Amino acid sequence: MEERVQRLTELANELRVDILAMLVKSQSGHPGGSLSVIDVMTALYFEIAKIKKGDPNWVDRDRVVLSKGHVTPALFSVFAKLEFIEKKELMTFRQLNSRLQGHPDKKCPGVEVATGSLGHGLSMANGMALGLKMDGKPNRVFAILGDGEIQEGQVWEAAMAAAHYKLDNLIAVVDHNRLQIDGWVESVMTVSPVDEKFRAFGWEVLTIDGHDMNQILEAFEYALTIKNRPTVIVAHTVKGKGVSFMENQAKYHGTAPKMDEFKKALEEWNITDFDFSIFE
Amino acid sequence: MKKATRQAYGEALEKLGHKNSNVVVLDADLSGSTKTAIFKKSFPERFFNMGIAEANMVDTAAGFSQVGKIPFASTFSMFGAGRAFEQVRQSMAYQKANVKLVTTHGGISVGEDGGSHQSIEDVAIMRTIPNMTVIVPADATETEKVINAIAEYVGPVYVRCSRMDTEILFDENYHFEIGKGNLLKDGDDVTIIANGLMVEEALKAQQMLSEKKISAAVINMACIKPIDKELIVKYAKKTGAIVTAEEHSYIGGLYGAVSEVVSKEYPVRMDYVAMEDQFGKSGKPEELMRYFNLTAEAIVKKAEALYSSKK
Repeated sequence: MEERVQRLTELANELRVDILAMLVKSQSGHPGGSLSVIDVMTALYFEIAKIKKGDPNWVDRDRVVLSKGHVTPALFSVFAKLEFIEKKELMTFRQLNSRLQGHPDKKCPGVEVATGSLGHGLSMANGMALGLKMDGKPNRVFAILGDGEIQEGQVWEAAMAAAHYKLDNLIAVVDHNRLQIDGWVESVMTVSPVDEKFRAFGWEVLTIDGHDMNQILEAFEYALTIKNRPTVIVAHTVKGKGVSFMENQAKYHGTAPKMDEFKKALEEWNITDFDFSIFE
Repeated sequence: MKKATRQAYGEALEKLGHKNSNVVVLDADLSGSTKTAIFKKSFPERFFNMGIAEANMVDTAAGFSQVGKIPFASTFSMFGAGRAFEQVRQSMAYQKANVKLVTTHGGISVGEDGGSHQSIEDVAIMRTIPNMTVIVPADATETEKVINAIAEYVGPVYVRCSRMDTEILFDENYHFEIGKGNLLKDGDDVTIIANGLMVEEALKAQQMLSEKKISAAVINMACIKPIDKELIVKYAKKTGAIVTAEEHSYIGGLYGAVSEVVSKEYPVRMDYVAMEDQFGKSGKPEELMRYFNLTAEAIVKKAEALYSSKK
């Protein structure tokens, strides 16, 4: 296995522990989608996007818009690793006066735009991509969407505009974990075929296994070479990925794990040295 | 001389384009009507037509603001404040984005297009959102000054302009400041607080009242949020009676904003000239203003009644 693939895979798994730890502490939040998207986010933040550790406001950075804003546990675990925030701050998630709000808020360093209400992120990413292009900046804008989220009509307004303005500095990812709060996406409101829809709107479309680090990196790297049109990576993922009893369970969209569930997950991951004093 | 505030907006925006290269303009297929086409003609590379998709337009503007641009987004008031309400709330106000949503065709003076296009609730909707600044300029001169002021101010702003040609009331020396009202006429018996098209009517009403030996003060409250509390309280104390006048529902607009100050700080008798709780309809703008009692005569009637009730 390529060195970086192994390194990023291990890092994503390390972040999975942080995600669950945050949620155990807050007893409120969204584990399922955080676990499905963390492999993609790890590749993006630690390998693909121009991001500088410890400097969230670096002027030459690429921009990442987390449009599926409910997966703040994934985002903040990444931010702690990037030293945008201190790791112990993760334990303040969703608490009164924390910078780590339930959904991304600009109070937290590293959050480019406030999201959470679904359907807004791609439009804002478009505006950023247009502005950067106008200024002749080489930077990219990445937008991460959920598959339930694309039921929002505004996503398609934005998809139309991104192609119209030939935003080849924009790369979107759809975290296609097939579940939303009320159940299977396809039974709540059919979104398939996702790839054909984007293709019809004028996008370059790549379809990958969103848990295969090799495929994730290849897709991003290929997307960076596309000219004259935006690219979307449809990442097929598993909601709750990595924890056997959470996988493919709609319940864990917005239900935080209890301590005993966390301990069970640690057991599955063969982690014996977890420092429980962080919860104190 | 007459000029619509939307025309003044388009012209001011074009002038601003020369002064500030960070200004970008977005429109939703109404650039000929909102007059952003004037900017587009001079700066095509900084103009973005977003098609008939107002929600996407407002959020795209918010995106522009995150990379150092000063976006002005325009459409009709109905669509800007109505269709895109949640985009204004989440992407403009919640994150204090430096976006200027300047809408035109506010109120019933839209005319023939009818009630579907006549926004009578936009000011109320925008005013309830934290962090927002809300402005309804009275004439072409004030509109230009508003546009310059909001370009300097860093933060989310909603401005409502009108379609109809209206009298130019102020000269170049007129001063507009965010958060400040302007006393146009001083008086002792009753205060008329107006904005938008109703300022012209308020000035006419002041004349008519003076012929009846009632001394009315007239305040132009173009900036409804943040509102000039000090000026309102001063005139509540001085005259003991306030009539508000606006081309908007009486619920939640200027009457609401002034009432909130008066009821808490210095309660006095108040009344309004505004749309009752109903939609507009098709007709000529001037006809509609009379039909819905948005006239100087209506202000006089309310002011006289308040004045007599004081005695």
